[in-house]
Amino acid sequence: MTDRPRPRIAVVTFPGSNDDHDAALALERLGADATLVWHAEPELPDVAGVVLPGGFSYGDYLRCGAIARFAPVMGAVRRFADGGGLVLGICNGFQVLCEAGLLPGVLRPNASLSFVCRDVGLRIEQADTPFTRRAEPGQTLTIPVKHGEGCYVANAELLAELEASGQVVLRYEANPNGSIADIAGVANETNNVFGLMPHPEHAVDPLLGSTDGGLILGSLVDSARERLLTAA
Amino acid sequence: MRATILVRPKPGILDPQGEAVQSSLRQLGFHVDEARVGRVIDLELDDGDKTAARAELERACEQLLANPLIESYEIALET
Repeated sequence: MTDRPRPRIAVVTFPGSNDDHDAALALERLGADATLVWHAEPELPDVAGVVLPGGFSYGDYLRCGAIARFAPVMGAVRRFADGGGLVLGICNGFQVLCEAGLLPGVLRPNASLSFVCRDVGLRIEQADTPFTRRAEPGQTLTIPVKHGEGCYVANAELLAELEASGQVVLRYEANPNGSIADIAGVANETNNVFGLMPHPEHAVDPLLGSTDGGLILGSLVDSARERLLTAA
Repeated sequence: MRATILVRPKPGILDPQGEAVQSSLRQLGFHVDEARVGRVIDLELDDGDKTAARAELERACEQLLANPLIESYEIALET
């Protein structure tokens, strides 16, 4: 256990990110070396994965994630993803990935117009992705959400595509925000980019009520380690 | 040259803000069948060729000011 290599995973800090340190701490606990990367960096350090954390990047001006996608580091994140690199977007990070076109669809204000902050039940729809491999298909996880704009929107055509190709990775058991088809998390076509509204980094310690977030972040750590070993 | 850009949620896109506004207007006694809330962006531009300016603004809308998946936009130019 102790001599397993610790993959290095970048956590990007945008102005207004506020879950970057939680994400880094959770990754460290799960066996990775987390490195915070400032949004103005034009390049990523040598990493085996990237996390775009939650928060309110650039004040969420215009639309959530709309400004962050132009951050200098996003060019590097795009190149990393295009090369098959593992990229996980949590909450605001998910919104940024959608605005950047690295994930399909878009996130809109919650149907209730209220900010929701509570534990939600989630169903694993796809367990064969680099981000869910520690979970079983159909397994139910308890992970908190905390967002005002988490209503996932895709038109009928895109939704049919996502369903047919198995890109809907996570679904809410009880929809907290009006997302179409109860979608809580989607992957890109090649399964190396994944975004979700719930916060796995807030569910890695029994003190906080659930450790189910470790299944998501731990899967990323396992996948990143594997890539490290394959590359070596 | 001044440009005004109207960004609206596309038809069929859930607009909870519009629904809240509609419901408030109704409570005040206004008879409103539907309300949709968009945004207005006013831009000051260098004077120049209007056609070129419009083409430039369309690119700005597509790349940043609107998300074409969920929003439509209209550009009005006045000199």
